[in-house]
Amino acid sequence: MFRKFAITLGAATMLASAAHADTITGAGATFPNPIYSAWAKDYKAATGNELNYQSIGSGGGIKNIKAKTVDFGASDKPLLPNALNDAGLMQFPTVIGGIVPIVNIPGVNPAQLKLTGVVLGDIFLGKVKRWDDPEITKLNPGWKAPALPITVVHRSDGSGTSFVFTSYLSLTSPAWSRAVGANDSVNWPTGLGGKGNDGVAAFVKQTPGAIGYVEYIYAQKDKVAYTLVQNSAGLFPMPDPVAFAAAAAKAPWGRAPGNYVLLVDQAGPKSWPITAATFILMYKNQDNAAKGANVLKFFDWAYKTGDATASKLDYVPLPLAVKNLIRKQWLQITAGGKPVYVSK
Amino acid sequence: MADAALTQASEGPQRIDDSPGASATGVKDAIFHGLCFTAAMVLMATLLGLLISLAVGGWPAFSHFGLQFFTSSEWNPSGTEDHPEFYGAAGPIVGTLITALVAMVIALPLAIGIAVFLVEFCPKSIERWVAIAVELLAGIPSIVYGMWGLFVLAPWFEEHVMTPLRLIAADHPGSFADHLMTGASSGSNIFTASIILAIMVLPFIATVFRELLLSVPSHVREASYGMGCTPFEVVSSIMLPYIRKSAVGAAMLGLGRALGETMAVTFIIGNSHAFPKGVFDSGSTIASTIANEFAEATGDLHTSALIALGLVLFVITFVVLAAARLLLGQEKH
Amino acid sequence: MATTENSPANTLPGRTVDRYARRKVINYIFIALTSVATAIAITALVMILYSLVAKGFSGLNLTVFTVDTPAGGEDLGSGGLRNAIVGSLLMCAMGMVLALAIGIMAGTWLAEYGDGNKLATAVRFLNDVLLSAPSILIGLFAYELFVVPFHGGSAIAGAIALAIVTTPVVTRTTEDILRLQSNQLREAGVALGAGKGLVIRSIIWRASRTGLVTGGLLGFARMSGETAPLLFTTAGNQFFSMNVTQPIASLPYTIANFALSADDNWRRLAWVASLLIAIAVLSANIIGRQLARGSQHK
Repeated sequence: MFRKFAITLGAATMLASAAHADTITGAGATFPNPIYSAWAKDYKAATGNELNYQSIGSGGGIKNIKAKTVDFGASDKPLLPNALNDAGLMQFPTVIGGIVPIVNIPGVNPAQLKLTGVVLGDIFLGKVKRWDDPEITKLNPGWKAPALPITVVHRSDGSGTSFVFTSYLSLTSPAWSRAVGANDSVNWPTGLGGKGNDGVAAFVKQTPGAIGYVEYIYAQKDKVAYTLVQNSAGLFPMPDPVAFAAAAAKAPWGRAPGNYVLLVDQAGPKSWPITAATFILMYKNQDNAAKGANVLKFFDWAYKTGDATASKLDYVPLPLAVKNLIRKQWLQITAGGKPVYVSK
Repeated sequence: MADAALTQASEGPQRIDDSPGASATGVKDAIFHGLCFTAAMVLMATLLGLLISLAVGGWPAFSHFGLQFFTSSEWNPSGTEDHPEFYGAAGPIVGTLITALVAMVIALPLAIGIAVFLVEFCPKSIERWVAIAVELLAGIPSIVYGMWGLFVLAPWFEEHVMTPLRLIAADHPGSFADHLMTGASSGSNIFTASIILAIMVLPFIATVFRELLLSVPSHVREASYGMGCTPFEVVSSIMLPYIRKSAVGAAMLGLGRALGETMAVTFIIGNSHAFPKGVFDSGSTIASTIANEFAEATGDLHTSALIALGLVLFVITFVVLAAARLLLGQEKH
Repeated sequence: MATTENSPANTLPGRTVDRYARRKVINYIFIALTSVATAIAITALVMILYSLVAKGFSGLNLTVFTVDTPAGGEDLGSGGLRNAIVGSLLMCAMGMVLALAIGIMAGTWLAEYGDGNKLATAVRFLNDVLLSAPSILIGLFAYELFVVPFHGGSAIAGAIALAIVTTPVVTRTTEDILRLQSNQLREAGVALGAGKGLVIRSIIWRASRTGLVTGGLLGFARMSGETAPLLFTTAGNQFFSMNVTQPIASLPYTIANFALSADDNWRRLAWVASLLIAIAVLSANIIGRQLARGSQHK
């Protein structure tokens, strides 16, 4: 009886293993997960090919592509040019989005509270401990602040979102820059850690007095109140694709080696100060030409037809000029000396 | 035991086995024996392999940070120049020990109470059902405990325990409530994690205690009743001391389980590496740290630090479990 | 324990009566405390099962079994768990095959060939250590051996990790049940001329059949509830796959991801998945224990 079962099982698994050769695997940032999932669904409907994207955080994306356990990695934290060269990787952006601080304070609505980089730094350093602290009420004179303690929520995993947020804090808050610095995983002075953009939103949503930071779409879909943040012009723009696009308007794509571009605290009255592009990491030298071609086919398709979906999810698609620039860069991706990308 | 009988008896057949016709049986027996032996060796190799891979993987972290690995609570995976990479595991190690110990403080009295209730006081009609209920509690998978803790216990605790305490602490600075609330974060904290652990460990210890109490010879029990002892005195002065050594062993088995629990704790402990500032502060355990960070530890040092944490956990649970087995003697699941 | 009005206690000087009354009171308090302890445990069980059943069943619909895990942000009620269910079944099946094969053989070795053997004592001890080792460490070990060299997670790696967690359970129960078999059975077999291996296979194993099945069921119960070994070995897959060399979805992994999100639809599915796992584990446990009790009454 036992043997029969074993034989059937073996046969079944062998048959089952003749599977989807066209599936591309990717892993990384939770920042773009909503748009990559939507694109994957549409791509499968359009072409029948599958994209399996694991949203495990930018740190995981970098680790997995370095270990070659996925076909591409995804990270909001761009790698520096020498790190790219050392690893033999190249990176390119897909969409641009914004990061917003989210709060859970009784009576506070989205876009009501105003904060600055300095105040955010002090909150996340643990220096400002209650919502009725003068640093906060000074910026929000009309608001009756409750004597509610602040619970800081940050990321527990290695996160490009954290990298962008801490970069913003480092640029605007000298205290933060001295004490902590910017990276995808830092020595958070206080607070609890949520896993992924999801986890932070979840914790903030269920803890009165909490403050966290997430990619804009998570605040929308999870119905958590976000705050306004002062930009370099001293104004408080609404976080929306217009503000994100304004921040990205002068980005030096094409002039930045390795496409290393940071969009935090950009100039311009309409710019949202915590904007970021999210990147894809691929090996310049592909082991499997077909796999490499498939990955690029997907992103080419996304560039061509994915703009509407991206806009619907409040991401900013790349300008056409930048997309064409990237397509030229794809020619650097080769297998056995020949580029895998075939422009149509 | 079985073997002695067989070897004695097989001295006869072995002589018969010398004949050519029976040597095929001898070969088959040898193959079977060999397979069984191989399986046992695979088992042993697996454990030793586990130990070795933990030691080898964790060595870089140990040699890099030395004793500071155990004493520092700074956990800094970023590798910038002003803030170099540093992994001090004091936070997770302390978190592991605190949650396990608080869980035991909660669970042990309850477990003893349940075991005594089942053995001495429970009406025969419901005894079976109560025993089944305790077994069911033991059988619930840990991730279900995690879900319940995250979605039911943590919000309830936040709303009904922490918020009132916060109000009291705000109005009465310096009071006990104020001290209790130092560093308090949210409903996801060390204390609630300990509660979940306690509920998880409770049925396990209760079952073992019940079996131990049942193993007290009936003449000892009856003699004490015969002398006019109340059930309380029988249990506290006679039965519990009788099983004392095994009872401690059972408790340590429960402790071992609490130390290594991952999923139930990860959901509800708040994931903060710093040294917990108060009992309602968020923290982390070794298991939750590994679960959260391993999938994306990029630097070799980071990965090594996590594996080193694993080795520390292994050593702690190994010591506890070895002591438990010694105290419990041979048997008991 | 009843005392009548004329009992010695009542006719003795006051202090003895007081002492007796005090002992009675202490005893009643004790009974109350133990009852409260039991009530607490039962309450906890009821609360947990209630949440599980209420939230799990309310989110349950037919699509859970026919549709794969959804992307985030979808409407409440959409999406399912098909790929996760299939993945879990696949890995549990493979893991059980491995665990039963090694566990039963190793348990047999310990029971039949291992007496008075120092090596057997060591193996038994190490088996117990592995039995109680934190399963996340086993996940780490499986990652180092079966994920890193193969550049990726896979269902096979997950199955092996689960097997490592389960084998000690099977070994333990096998050894226990084989030792319970009466020596007369062995002697009878040998007297008929059977070699030791044949005695074990055709007599002892057969006699212990129920116990071995129980051990298998208990092992299965342990295996289906485990999450930590799957975290690093299977990598998850949002699509349906039966390819065992590739990442695969599983119920526990899905729960771990969905539960920690703020997406209501995902959280609904996390509860449904928890319910499914709990049903599998508790059924296996109950059936196993019933079988064990049944065989004891023979």
